[in-house]
Amino acid sequence: MRKLVDTGIRYVLFLSALASVFIVFLILLFTLREALPAFREYGVAPMLTGTVWRPQEDQLGILSMIAGSLLVTLGSVILGVPLAMGGAIFLAEVAPPAVREIVRPAVELLAGIPSVVYGLFGMVVLVPAVRSTFSVPGNSGFNLLSASMVLAVMVLPTITNIAEDAIRAVPRDFKEGSLALGATRWQTIVRVTLPTARSGIIAAIILGVGRALGETMAMIMVIGNSIRMPGPLSQNPLTLFLSQARTLTGNVAVEIKYATGLHEDALFATGVVLFILIMLVNGSARLLIQRGGAE
Amino acid sequence: MEFQDVKLETKAYSLYYGDFRALKSVDIQIPRNAITAIIGPSGCGKSTFLRTFNRMNDLISGVRVDGDVFIDEHNVFAMDPVELRFCVGMVFQRPNPFPKSIFDNVAYGPRSHGIRDRAELAEIVEKSLRGAVLWDEVKDDLNKSGLALSGGQQQRLCIARALAVEPDVILMDEPASALDPVATLKIEELIQQLKREYTIVIVTHNMQQAARASDYTAFFMMDEDRAGYLVEHGPTQRMFTNPQEEITERYITGRFG
Amino acid sequence: MSEGTARPTTMTREDVTFRRLVQLAVSQREETSRAKVNLARRHLIQRAAFGLLWLSGIAAVAILLAVVGYVVVQGAKVVNLEFLTTPPAGGLATSDVGGMSTTIVSTVYLVFWTIVFAGPLGILAAIYLVEYAEEMEGGSGLVPIIVSVVRFAVEILAGVPSIIFGLFGYALFVSAVALGWSFSLRSAAATGACLVLPVIIRASEEAIKAVPRSYREASLALGATKWQTAWKIVLPAAAPGIITGIVLSVGRVVSETAVFFVTFGGTVRAPDTVFDLSSPGRSMALHVYYLAMETRAFDKAMGTGAVLILTIILINLLINIVSRRLTAKLKGR
Repeated sequence: MRKLVDTGIRYVLFLSALASVFIVFLILLFTLREALPAFREYGVAPMLTGTVWRPQEDQLGILSMIAGSLLVTLGSVILGVPLAMGGAIFLAEVAPPAVREIVRPAVELLAGIPSVVYGLFGMVVLVPAVRSTFSVPGNSGFNLLSASMVLAVMVLPTITNIAEDAIRAVPRDFKEGSLALGATRWQTIVRVTLPTARSGIIAAIILGVGRALGETMAMIMVIGNSIRMPGPLSQNPLTLFLSQARTLTGNVAVEIKYATGLHEDALFATGVVLFILIMLVNGSARLLIQRGGAE
Repeated sequence: MEFQDVKLETKAYSLYYGDFRALKSVDIQIPRNAITAIIGPSGCGKSTFLRTFNRMNDLISGVRVDGDVFIDEHNVFAMDPVELRFCVGMVFQRPNPFPKSIFDNVAYGPRSHGIRDRAELAEIVEKSLRGAVLWDEVKDDLNKSGLALSGGQQQRLCIARALAVEPDVILMDEPASALDPVATLKIEELIQQLKREYTIVIVTHNMQQAARASDYTAFFMMDEDRAGYLVEHGPTQRMFTNPQEEITERYITGRFG
Repeated sequence: MSEGTARPTTMTREDVTFRRLVQLAVSQREETSRAKVNLARRHLIQRAAFGLLWLSGIAAVAILLAVVGYVVVQGAKVVNLEFLTTPPAGGLATSDVGGMSTTIVSTVYLVFWTIVFAGPLGILAAIYLVEYAEEMEGGSGLVPIIVSVVRFAVEILAGVPSIIFGLFGYALFVSAVALGWSFSLRSAAATGACLVLPVIIRASEEAIKAVPRSYREASLALGATKWQTAWKIVLPAAAPGIITGIVLSVGRVVSETAVFFVTFGGTVRAPDTVFDLSSPGRSMALHVYYLAMETRAFDKAMGTGAVLILTIILINLLINIVSRRLTAKLKGR
């Protein structure tokens, strides 16, 4: 009798473990099933290279969205990585314990704030500020710059957390050896600690990038959601970041509820493209880490 | 060495971790209601041999056995290991009470086997704690956490826990090595009392302990292939005053090990 | 002493040594001063660098205070007992009157069902991965492969962006006419469960792995079965970690928007009871979005946002308290 119960329990546990595989399988199945018609009828290349997105007229080019996603991610990296790295080094090497007790929980709390709240703050505070600061015609405040700022804050905790762990993991011997040779603490950090922690730091940044690419709601709220290809608003090429844009994620979320037929399929296709993009990013991260570790 | 009243027996018993032979063809008889000590240098397979009798080696992947092991004429490997462990209990080197109360620790075994009646459990708990000479020290607060006791008390708690299952055999893997000398002495006295009702096999690296606390001693050694084998087995008195093998004598007099 | 006096034609050894010593002393002084200058410069660089680092640390705190502070302060103008207990009035377009009560209810129900779906499933899966799978490593070749596949699947699930979960939920639960679920608590909770499953599995796995081997050995040696050991010894010991995983998931469900945007519907009406699974609804996070983007009622949005933030802070505190208390119990206090 006990044997029977035991075997039964074993199967229940086994099935529970399989559930995850089942779900991944279902996700792939259903997203691909809806996306395939779009790929087949419209074609993968035209979709990826087309800059016109007008589903009512059967135009399904998502290049503008790809550009939007990549640009806003780039912006968040430019703004966020220095700050995040500074924070990580600060927490790991410089901060006295009392200060650490304040800053570290603050960073963790930043991670916990819901994305809509960031979006709301962006809409109410950042967008008007950007609009009034950069008085370039065509700048509504809803643009890549505002979105980059919001996104930078959102990925900061991820990068800081993992980078800090990587820096802390550097063996004390290395640091002590450097200091014993007469180097200053800063020199030790720059010449010994950071290079040693390199793969972990890169992993942290890549994870941040992945997070940035996947963000949806906060982006919708501040980026403008225009379907046109983002471009500079004036002679100055930097005004590219003052242009409105739309991300791949935003594309899906904004239209999915009322899209039908090929339009709907194209949105699923957008999802597939996004998924592949993120997989590529994560994959290259792993490769970089392995290569860095081998050196 | 042949016995009249045999509780445990192995015949040509070998154990392999994958391709590596850890125990080589052991033939031994463990007598009932006596204390048998297993001694030998580190790494010669004493603990592995001990764990044969309650099939704890099954937990390690890649383990393979040859030969036969018997308890009361029943083949150990033909039995359900869970049932085997009703008859053969174990006390480990490091005291490992559960993060539960003293009562729940001791009652754990009987509860797992289906005993639910609170009064019955209380009786078993008291009997086991008395058997482990711990009752007087803890009887006032059985709800205290098992982890709040001292090292020696924790080990006696683990012994009580093993007793609660009412086994015939108690296997002890260096039960006092993690304890201070006073606690060690208490454990040794306890073992002497227990042998009246139980068959005890104790692994120890402390020869003085083997000499003073056991009735019979089995000496294991490692051969060139690092396989453990039984060198000699006999009454403790004789082993330590007049060993039959030269290696035994060299080990006992401390010339190596 | 004049330079013109007769000089010895050969230098004595003392002279040579003396000369060398003088040369050495002069050059050392140069080196010392060079080193000193260099050191001073390095210290200056360090001071500047550390100053920047301090700024980064302060910046993080400042940003937090700015965002949280602004939202809470603005929200406080709107939040009162009436706000919390009155439902939003009007339909989708004009919910700028009233409060947020139904969104609180919807959120609670959503959290409840998501955890009901994902919790047991995740914990059981973790038990299997740690307790049962490892014993078979040496045995048949099939099980280790299955275990690797499962682990890989969990990793993938953890990396999927939330909008893809939303798409999936939309396709599988909402759109599927045969299923009949449509925008509902069911669809939302089922999708949410997929989202948090990897969180629960990971946290549970870690917690279970951390349970010392000696506990299991002792339990098995006493004649308990593997399942008894898992249920009565391992799980209780792993409880703090597992509960942390669950509370983390709760936080995730409360904060998440994209996933529920496409599966929960948008109506401000809350489900009648917790068992009203077919009813659509609107979580607090969704309410903030709709208020900001469609209704343009920014004051109410701030209010809802403030309540949302405070909920998250409370949940985080809860995690800390629970895990600390349970860990203390395990240590015998």
